[in-house]
Amino acid sequence: MLSESSSFLKGMMLGSIFCALITMLGHIRIGHGDRRHQHKHHHLQAPNKEDILKISQDERMELSKSFRVYCIILVKPKDVSLWAAVRETWTKHCDKAEFFSSENVKVFESINMETDDMWLMMRKAYKYAFDKYRDQYNWFFLARPTMFAIMENLKYFLLKKDPSQPFYLGHTIKSGDLEYVSVEGGIVLSIESMKRLNSLLGIPEKCPEQGGMIWKISEDKQLAVCLKYAGVFAENAEDSEGKDVFNTKSVGLFIKEAMSNHPNLVVEGCCSDMAVTFNGLTPNQMHVMMYGVYRLRAFGHIFHDALVFLPPNGSDND
Amino acid sequence: MASKSWLNFLTFLCGSAIGFVLCSQLFSILLGEQGDTQPDILHNDPHARHADDNGQNHLEGQMNFNADSSQHKDENTDIAENLYQKVKILCWVMTGPQNLEKKAKHVKATWAQRCNKVLFMSSEEDKDFPAVGLKTREGRDQLYWKTIKAFQYVHDHYLEDADWFMKADDDTYVILENLRWLLSKYNPEEPIYFGRRFKPYVKQGYMSGGAGYVLSKEALKRFVDAFKTDKCTHSSSIEDLALGRCMEIINVEAGDSRDTIGKETFHPFVPEHHLIRGYLPRTFWYWNYNYYPPVEGPGCCSDLAVSFHYVDPTTMYELEYLVYHLRPYGYLYRYQPALPENIRKEVSRDYKKEDPKVK
Repeated sequence: MLSESSSFLKGMMLGSIFCALITMLGHIRIGHGDRRHQHKHHHLQAPNKEDILKISQDERMELSKSFRVYCIILVKPKDVSLWAAVRETWTKHCDKAEFFSSENVKVFESINMETDDMWLMMRKAYKYAFDKYRDQYNWFFLARPTMFAIMENLKYFLLKKDPSQPFYLGHTIKSGDLEYVSVEGGIVLSIESMKRLNSLLGIPEKCPEQGGMIWKISEDKQLAVCLKYAGVFAENAEDSEGKDVFNTKSVGLFIKEAMSNHPNLVVEGCCSDMAVTFNGLTPNQMHVMMYGVYRLRAFGHIFHDALVFLPPNGSDND
Repeated sequence: MASKSWLNFLTFLCGSAIGFVLCSQLFSILLGEQGDTQPDILHNDPHARHADDNGQNHLEGQMNFNADSSQHKDENTDIAENLYQKVKILCWVMTGPQNLEKKAKHVKATWAQRCNKVLFMSSEEDKDFPAVGLKTREGRDQLYWKTIKAFQYVHDHYLEDADWFMKADDDTYVILENLRWLLSKYNPEEPIYFGRRFKPYVKQGYMSGGAGYVLSKEALKRFVDAFKTDKCTHSSSIEDLALGRCMEIINVEAGDSRDTIGKETFHPFVPEHHLIRGYLPRTFWYWNYNYYPPVEGPGCCSDLAVSFHYVDPTTMYELEYLVYHLRPYGYLYRYQPALPENIRKEVSRDYKKEDPKVK
């Protein structure tokens, strides 16, 4: 009896030691993993009120100037009316905005990509931007001309995010086991992601110019595949309440859907107060958004923000 | 002998298994769950005002501008709240039985709750909406008669509850805070009224009906009195023109509602029609009607616009989102008008009262 109980106890001790060893080893492995995948949760949120209050007055101006966003807008000749509207409206708030066109268009200044293929245009644009501006900008935003973007809200979203980390943000979609940022919501890359992307652009095995074998793969998926090889993973951008800040639809469409889905909470259920992008706008709607966002407001509502942005020079619609 | 060592071995195995399991449980408790934390997606931002609220609490009492939404926690609405108390506005919305659910409902869900008091005026009473029954017929030719009866009703029941009395349509969107800012410079005991000023037919001009117009308490008294004493005609097929003529007869001044840099605040159309150059054709009546030089493009409209007209339900909610929700973080607006002197003094006095550090 005694020998049995002692062997039982010995067994228990051995089992526990074994378990402890395994747990320790497992933790060390996870620890390494943490350093490789800095952001393991795929839902990146904007900083909330408590974080903001910790920023001192002096830091605000400095902080605001520390975000340098370069805007890439991919256009084609058929987009001229949207192109004109985009040029006259929100892109004035980018630190620099350049239009990358499939071919030269009279009157509209652009960088000629000399190709009709969206993925090739995207690759060339990213390469051009990185080669020329790697030292001047720390965030790169890619958009389509049907989009309206609010740079100030993008910078607010990027508050406390280190651009030397590989960020790849926007409205994400899962396709099989690939999570990618939809080009329809706008794509944000940090300078680190740009660096890694550009190092792979020349390697056809990792980043081929012709992705799909049988049918074409959309350019945003191709980008995701390429970035994945470089250890850059897509993250969905949300505000402090979990609402998307990069939107693939227009405000009007959101409202219409809300009116049929939850008619008692239309505006509340619509979109984030800190939305960065909307898509599917007509040129006229761009001008209305410009007025609605940068000018029209209710008197007597004052905000204490952590950042300060001045209106751009020589502009009359903001 | 062999069976005994087997038994020992088995107990040893059992022990190790149990030990392993217990230990792993202990570790998992100590280290906590490392699950994927999904952020709570709260699509419900309850604000103080709901579509279902009857609005009974608006006769007196504070407007809760700082609703529960966490997005508005860094918002300071002291000045807006101060103006709410100082510049009391009663809004009445011209509607009809057919339009209560189609149009008036959306007015109720959006801007109407920001009036100090709101009334929906229809030809027949609706206790549930609620809507006041003016006991008239419906139709465009009845608009003036409805207007007279509505103002009469307001005068008889709510004269002392407000300083200013605004008429709007069920397709007008009004930004009450901006209206209060505009009116704060004026004395409601003065005979004056404001709106989008048109120049034809009336020497001092008259106010567009659709863009909405607002009468001072004195103007309302004189208007109601004018019908009792037959100074003004009871019938007309053009509501806003007839009202404008009456105002001139009873010496109520047509005010200048433009902002401090001359931009219009009351708008007879939606923002798009005013902001887009060439949207309204050059031959359109509008260009000849405007009292002040009409402007298209960004100069059309004040940052502190008061109203827009021909606003369909979708656009009502869109404007609500653009005015009260979406904003460019940290942006220093170009147009920074001052508070009127008297309000500025009051607000700073209130701050001094609250802050014990300030002597």
